[in-house]
Amino acid sequence: MAEFLQFAFSGLTVGAIYALIALGFTLIYNASDVINFAQGEFVMVSGMTAVFAAAAGIPLPLAALLAIVVTVLFGILLHRLAIEPARGASPVTLIIITIGASILMRGLAAVFFDKNFHSLPPLAGDTPLNLGGAAILPQSIIVLIGTGIIVTALWLFLNRTLMGKAMLATAANRLAARLVGIDTSAVIGISFVVSALIGAIGGLLATPITLTNYAIGTLLALKGFAAAMLGGMGSPIGAVAGGLLLGLLEAFGAGYLSSQYKDAIAFIVILAVLFAMPQGLFGRASIERV
Amino acid sequence: MTVHRFTSKPYMVVIALATLVLLLPLVLPSAFYLRIAALVFINALAVIGLNLLMGFAGQVSLGHAGFFGIGAYAVTLGPAYLGLPVWASLIGGAVFSALLAFIVGQPILKLRGYYLAVATLGLGLLISMVFTNEADITGGPNGMEVPRLVVFGWRAYGSQTWYWISGVSLVIGAWIAVNLITSPTGRAFRAIHDSETAARVLGIDVPRYKLLVFVMSAVYAAIAGSYFSLFDGFVTPDTTGFIRSIEFVVMAVLGGLGSILGSITGAAILVILPQVLTVFHEYEHIMLGLIMIVFMIFLPGGIVPSLAQRFRRRTA
Repeated sequence: MAEFLQFAFSGLTVGAIYALIALGFTLIYNASDVINFAQGEFVMVSGMTAVFAAAAGIPLPLAALLAIVVTVLFGILLHRLAIEPARGASPVTLIIITIGASILMRGLAAVFFDKNFHSLPPLAGDTPLNLGGAAILPQSIIVLIGTGIIVTALWLFLNRTLMGKAMLATAANRLAARLVGIDTSAVIGISFVVSALIGAIGGLLATPITLTNYAIGTLLALKGFAAAMLGGMGSPIGAVAGGLLLGLLEAFGAGYLSSQYKDAIAFIVILAVLFAMPQGLFGRASIERV
Repeated sequence: MTVHRFTSKPYMVVIALATLVLLLPLVLPSAFYLRIAALVFINALAVIGLNLLMGFAGQVSLGHAGFFGIGAYAVTLGPAYLGLPVWASLIGGAVFSALLAFIVGQPILKLRGYYLAVATLGLGLLISMVFTNEADITGGPNGMEVPRLVVFGWRAYGSQTWYWISGVSLVIGAWIAVNLITSPTGRAFRAIHDSETAARVLGIDVPRYKLLVFVMSAVYAAIAGSYFSLFDGFVTPDTTGFIRSIEFVVMAVLGGLGSILGSITGAAILVILPQVLTVFHEYEHIMLGLIMIVFMIFLPGGIVPSLAQRFRRRTA
């Protein structure tokens, strides 16, 4: 039982980070049909900025704030300088642009920071708590609470603010949204800002546990993408569920079956789910118009 | 995503390519350049296969490095464990890739768009993981030495030999691809690309054609993979990794989906550019990312189709 709890907690912690990345994917996809492969880079930029700001003597809360500002700035620049000028191009072209942006951001991080692994001091110390025989890091609980707060805030933003409702309307039907006067181009811009913000907070939450370096973004993007598809592309609830499920699959797969093949186990389950439910767990069935 | 239609003489591309392969050694100053050219040809072969799948039939694959890796390891493991000659292992790798694509393709190709992308991504990762983790057989992350290709007692090594092997193979590969896309099968692919439902209504056996193009593209990738490891003399799991799958997709899109010439251009740019950018030392990746973004902003349909369109507009 203690073992089970241990795996469950580590799975949920990692899964929460995947969920945040998957949420970022979902928001941008809903606004623009684009899969933003630089999503993992937001997490990296935020973690690295905070680490180096803290090392330069800036107090941790300010360093964290700076990291968020820098990451959101990257999100705005990505949209303004790379996505907006290519308006009207096909999604495949835009995806290649985001891959280019991810290579660019990785290169910038390697030059301006370094290529070593770094960590941030955990918020609540590193004495593990004992929960039913399982040792749980306080930071794990902070990651879970933080993710919960972000998901709630995002839900409130989407359902209770005009801007959020405009995003939902754009996701539902872009043409109809434009016809009722929603500036869908601005919605895409906002989706990049919110995705970068979520990625930045994810980076701050995760770095004390998972460490960070200039190259972690690719793997995170891959996992976040898989999580978003597992949950059903375009569904925020699906993104969260997919992320947590992917984290749990990896943790239990590594714990009970094989740590070498934990990613394989996760992907076999994803494939099995997609064969049974081709739209993911929470996805809408798409209707092709001819 | 419009499909670039070969204007009037589709075979001109093949003839132009053959001429290029014949004449290039006359202007290349040293063996180093022949080596780069051979790498371009090998990558282009894999990208042409991927382009058949993505550009013509409209099916995304983020796992093609898996098939590339099967080819790369086939020529290593076949001679080492089964005592097969290298050329037989090369064919064996292609057949194995085709079989795997045939078996996995049936369920996977029912998925659409990004769902297919994540499924192929998973497939590529699984293949790559087997090569990485089964260290007793494959040497794990350290990789393995690859034996020389021997045909009728003749040993193939060196940049010049591989220039010709890969160059001739690329011309043949491009010729087969052009043949295919100008045939009724090619028209079926394009119909599926435009709308699967409409294609089905027209009486096209959509699953069969999707499977056919998936298997073909897997064979292209496997043969290219075999060449790659034979040429290099060493193979590591990086050959089969996610990054390489992404590279193939970038080559195909950058050069222009639906254009054979585009695939070759895309491969040339992504092979040559990092060599040129080494002068920028640590700024190499920054430059590579910037160039990709700028190309896609100004030539959104891919380099070859976008330039061809501009040229036509000017002359018209």
